Amino acid sequence: MTTKKMAIIATKGTLDMAYPPFILASTAAALGYEVQVFFTFYGLQLLRKDLSDVMISPLANPAMPMPIPMPVMVQMLPGMESMATMMMKQKLKKHGVASLQELRDLCLEADVKFVACQMTVDLFEFDKSEFIDNIEYGGAATFMGFAGDTDICLFV
Amino acid sequence: MNFDKEFDASGISCPLPIVKTKKALADMESGQVLKVTATDCGAVKDMQAFADQTGNTLLSSTEEGGKYIFLMKKK
Repeated sequence: MTTKKMAIIATKGTLDMAYPPFILASTAAALGYEVQVFFTFYGLQLLRKDLSDVMISPLANPAMPMPIPMPVMVQMLPGMESMATMMMKQKLKKHGVASLQELRDLCLEADVKFVACQMTVDLFEFDKSEFIDNIEYGGAATFMGFAGDTDICLFV
Repeated sequence: MNFDKEFDASGISCPLPIVKTKKALADMESGQVLKVTATDCGAVKDMQAFADQTGNTLLSSTEEGGKYIFLMKKK
């Protein structure tokens, strides 16, 4: 039986959108898939050594369940983003959902390959020393090289 | 039923019960049985799906007092 493959493009750097790529990648790896995740644009934030700055915003996120209805004028007040992030992290912990850090470590442990988009790194003038080790840097063609031969290919 | 190793996945949610079951199986030998206890009801379908896709055998899947007990025989 040939090894199944999955490729994911991770383009978002918020707490809510960080979960799907790491959950799917770690699960696919556990099921025996060879997995590669290509991080581009804001998704690059998920490769930082320190993930504590990854936040969730109630703004422009109308489907986010809130304890009380909150008008947009209130959502844009200073500190609302930190508060929403803190509440979300407490909720995740209470329900036994792994932290991003833990899921990312599980991915790396299971040999999921992380590729950072070189163009975006240059575009935002990111310092590579802020990113975790054992990742590769490449472009769209690098992604196609793997994605062209996958069974599952997702854009998040 | 007898088992060779036990792993308690109580209190953790998707995808941890599956990912950690895979890890628990890693150092076991073919034919050995792993017992997994979980509280995540999603694990019931996921554990079967894990077995179907990895070739390990789910010998039993039961519920006891709000806990889900699985016996997984390593391929």
